[in-house]
Amino acid sequence: MHRFANPSQFMRVAEAMLPWMVALCIPLMGAGLYYGLWASPADYQQYDTVRIMYIHVPTAFLAQASYVVMALGSASFLIWKHPLGDLIARAAAPIGCVFAFICLVTGSLWGKPTWGTYWVWDARLTSMLILFFLFLGYLALANAFDDPARGDKPAAILAVVGIVNIPIIKFSVYFFNTLHQKSTLFGDLISGGEEAAMSALQQPEIAAAAAQQGSSLPPSMLLPLMLMLVAFSLFFLILLVLRLRGELATVRLRALRAGLRAG
Amino acid sequence: MNDFLAGFRAVLIRDLRLALRQSADLALVLGFFTIAASLFPFGVGPAPETLARIAPGVIWVLALLSVMLSLDRLFEQDLADGSLEQMVLTPRPLVLTVLAKALAHWITTGLPLIAITPVIGILLNFPTAGYSTLLIGLALGTPSLSLIGAVGAALTLGARRAGLLIALLVLPLYIPILIFGVTAVESVLTGFEARAHFLYLSAILAAAIPLAPLAAAAAVRHGVEG
Repeated sequence: MHRFANPSQFMRVAEAMLPWMVALCIPLMGAGLYYGLWASPADYQQYDTVRIMYIHVPTAFLAQASYVVMALGSASFLIWKHPLGDLIARAAAPIGCVFAFICLVTGSLWGKPTWGTYWVWDARLTSMLILFFLFLGYLALANAFDDPARGDKPAAILAVVGIVNIPIIKFSVYFFNTLHQKSTLFGDLISGGEEAAMSALQQPEIAAAAAQQGSSLPPSMLLPLMLMLVAFSLFFLILLVLRLRGELATVRLRALRAGLRAG
Repeated sequence: MNDFLAGFRAVLIRDLRLALRQSADLALVLGFFTIAASLFPFGVGPAPETLARIAPGVIWVLALLSVMLSLDRLFEQDLADGSLEQMVLTPRPLVLTVLAKALAHWITTGLPLIAITPVIGILLNFPTAGYSTLLIGLALGTPSLSLIGAVGAALTLGARRAGLLIALLVLPLYIPILIFGVTAVESVLTGFEARAHFLYLSAILAAAIPLAPLAAAAAVRHGVEG
């Protein structure tokens, strides 16, 4: 892993992967949008508003994933002093910030017709809002110093401190029984064990049924959602590589300027 | 070990003495707390029931803001006159120095705030039944505010517009303390026990005492070198 901590080594691999990711992302996104907007059924209660899910869930997932990427990059920067870690964190922050914003906006547009309100101070909404604030704080702190390189360590420490919020978002719908629905996708499909264990304590029969079914989404809705999740993840990686390119160029430019001034 | 304690005590006594000699700072924080609280009756109207309804939240939010406004005192002046650099250079662990400074900050802001809270409570028609819960909650919560605030203050050392930046960094991290502090009072006022909320506040404090000084010490070291 440490071999790829060299930014130019890393970028060589990333640049080689970039066209493949673009080539994969566009058809997946197109198919996801087609199935999501036309070829999937409307919900029997929410009608067409359920289609917001195909944007809302991927952006929510990626906002949290970006924060984890940011915090891991920052941690590797603090522990091993890998400059790449800091660059990745800096590149991921604005992307995650925008994903968190889109998630909040689509969520509130979805909330109006289904819950009857744009915003409630529900645990998951609040913790997502805090995540958005943490992104803003990171961006503000990273750019708050006259010497741009001086902001890297404080921002990295903040990113690591703020990671406490991620498990709070993930489990807020289980800890606090509030308005936001429980996960219908990851709850049973991926981290099935933990959720099944949690609900098995309360309702053994339902938990057993859910464990057999896998996900509580019907396949016609699961397909576009999975397509969109993969497409959005690829989209995130593409943006990350593009932004990394820019961050690297900035660092090189700064070093060149410093060299010119010294020489 | 004794050596560490001696260093801890020396920093604590120094910071307390400095705070006492500049007691105008302390008066400013308490003045802000009182004046901001007395704005609410003008803002929402002086009806006693309305005030009683919002009093727990107002007191907690203002305590949060008062602590936050006094955070620049923690490291900023020591950085300006160079004594922070000396503290970093001593062989004693910086984590203990930061912990001592956070403790001194709590003694000179958190404790006075708790002491003046009953007066603010009277101004806002705070329900009598909730006083002990409010004060215990503040006693458990304000040390965490100072500790987390120390991280924010250390991170913004040497930054542009550090005061505003601290608010953006620290307030999101203060939200859990605010939630448990206010719900403790609310639950007592509606006839439930506050024990669970106190346990959450204690858990946050128990995590903040070892972890926050670590992060703050790393940030101070970087801030001094930069």
